[in-house]
Amino acid sequence: MSEVVQVGTPSAAGRPVAVRDTKALVAKSLKRRYAAERRFRLYGVAAIAFAGFCVAVLFVTIFSNGYTAFWQTNIRLDVTLYPQDIDPQGDRSPKALSTANYQKLIKQAFGDLFPDVQNRREKRKLFDMISPGATFVIRDMVLKDPGLIGKRVQISVPLSDDIDQFAKGFIKAETPESERRVKDAQIDWFQRLKDRDLVVTEFNSTFFTAGDSREPELAGILGAIMGSVFTMIVTLAISFPLAVGASIYLEEFAPKNKWTQLIEVNINNLAAVPSIVFGLLGLAVFLNFFNLPRSAPLVGGMVLALMTLPTIIIAARAALKAVPPSIREAALGMGASPVQVVFHHVLPLSMPGILTGTIIGMAQALGETAPLLMIGMVAFIVDIPGSPVDPATVMPVQIYLWSDSPERAFVERTSAAIMVLLCFLIVMNALAVVLRKKFERRW
Amino acid sequence: MDMTNVATEMTDAAPHLPSHGHSQAAGEPKFVTRGVTVHYGEKQALFGIDLDINTNEVTALIGPSGCGKSTYLRCLNRMNDTIPICRVGGSIELDGENILAKEVDVVHLRARVGMVFQKPNPFPKSIYENVCYGPRIHGIASGKDDLDEIVERSLERAGLWKEVKDRLMEPGTGLSGGQQQRLCIARAIAVDPEVILMDEPCSALDPIATAKIEELIDELRENYTIVIVTHSMQQAARVSQRTAFFHLGDLIEHGDTDQIFTKPKNEKTQDYITGRFG
Repeated sequence: MSEVVQVGTPSAAGRPVAVRDTKALVAKSLKRRYAAERRFRLYGVAAIAFAGFCVAVLFVTIFSNGYTAFWQTNIRLDVTLYPQDIDPQGDRSPKALSTANYQKLIKQAFGDLFPDVQNRREKRKLFDMISPGATFVIRDMVLKDPGLIGKRVQISVPLSDDIDQFAKGFIKAETPESERRVKDAQIDWFQRLKDRDLVVTEFNSTFFTAGDSREPELAGILGAIMGSVFTMIVTLAISFPLAVGASIYLEEFAPKNKWTQLIEVNINNLAAVPSIVFGLLGLAVFLNFFNLPRSAPLVGGMVLALMTLPTIIIAARAALKAVPPSIREAALGMGASPVQVVFHHVLPLSMPGILTGTIIGMAQALGETAPLLMIGMVAFIVDIPGSPVDPATVMPVQIYLWSDSPERAFVERTSAAIMVLLCFLIVMNALAVVLRKKFERRW
Repeated sequence: MDMTNVATEMTDAAPHLPSHGHSQAAGEPKFVTRGVTVHYGEKQALFGIDLDINTNEVTALIGPSGCGKSTYLRCLNRMNDTIPICRVGGSIELDGENILAKEVDVVHLRARVGMVFQKPNPFPKSIYENVCYGPRIHGIASGKDDLDEIVERSLERAGLWKEVKDRLMEPGTGLSGGQQQRLCIARAIAVDPEVILMDEPCSALDPIATAKIEELIDELRENYTIVIVTHSMQQAARVSQRTAFFHLGDLIEHGDTDQIFTKPKNEKTQDYITGRFG
């Protein structure tokens, strides 16, 4: 009762109460408060608009630079597969078929289109217009069906990257001849081919089915994609169970003392270690000590797993912490053992958070190049890796290598590769959203 | 007698599920606690509590906030073990066995001494999963049919069966607060414990839901020993046979509820139950 007396009559405390116009004061301060709120909203909208603009510029740039890479200028050639050139012995042995001089056939077929070109130098210029990959097209055809030998076949072979760039308009005829890679004569021949309706623009399937190459028109992203896929599988297989196990132990079972505190600080610091340091660690431990294969996705995945671990551990611990204690108490009160509490209740409830952290970590790992530098994955590798121990490179490395190449045609391929990488990231993030929604539970 | 009652009686008689409550006569001590002390780090929360809790009776623990009644309650199934800095001393005997002894298995103890918490905390799973969780982890049920039966009987006893029988597979968190708390009670009795501890089970509920729970507690007394912590004197008077009054970590007074509320021996108890403090 004594409290009520004090509140009811302030004057009883012996303090005179000044008369204020509270209403006016509040109205005045309200105006200021609303203004502050409006300003804050404005900052937010402006920031989002600016960010959106930047993203739009980025995407438009990449897309406008890169979409042409998905098309390739080809030429339709009628090639006669003379048996005496392909298989002089006539035994149709695979060795003979795969080592035959197909280039001669191509040159013959292409040269027949321009009977007026006789000069050796001119001829060389002429044959430069066709990609060296054309011979592989015929070889693969013959190897697949030796019955074609002796027949005349129509094939579509890629033109060289310079002609392709000219056809796409990136090399302009107005540029002085000495400053462009496509000579006047070649422009003239190309025009003649076009007039005879032999030039076709086709979907560049090579880009998605081939490994890297020195010739842009033969270079593809599949090798890098497979390298990335193997690397990511290894990374996920190592880092996810390790990180979840570590965070469960630290969060639910480990005693809280200075040792665990030290470990916690170290984990948080590890997340901020420059990624190349992990590469050095991988070089010293995995390659030099354990003698694991160089340039292999296995080692790359292990190094990236080390780099990803702290990210997942931090996210997983936060997710485990966010599970309300009432759920733990309920399970403990039912007589569940601590392990049952974790695996029946806490872990399923924290899965959305853990998965989000994992995907963030994986996306980070997918875009990483520096640690791979140290273990030999920043390399020119033509073959498409078939297993995690084959030499391989990964997508960001491929992008870096192409962006460094002088050929004009690699510019568009760089952008195209970035598009592919972005697609993978978008798919991964979409997957994260879907998984989160699937596992999400209310309490 | 309707069909559901028949089913209940039949399952009651099932040999694999002995109802512990019937083995002792009402009024005999289930828990005998002597000199129970609890320290949270340096701070002492309980100063030697001597209290007997009788079989098949409802014992109410009352007292102002921070008086140690919840701490005492949580000693009875060793839930305080989950707090690293918490130390419990003295002796707590359940049917003559000191449950504070190191060799006592807390998992087994908690199967015998169930608990219902202040805030309804059903697992974010289906109603069915909630109830069958205990029987499942303890391996009580012998098969799917048996499990179904236990779930039905538990929900029946908790007075929830009629309301949820058509939506057993819907999440338990989708129920109303009072239903959730009854689901938690059903979950606790599904393992057929001897004692049920209730930590302010009605403090988050509206009066109608509270009335239902109180009614339920009264029914459960037939089969279980119940200890309930409550802030409501009326509730203690309504549901309990015995009442213990805690103040600042000490047990001030305990005895029959009628006696405590009509002629308390201690002045502090008198002050508290008449609302002069707390």
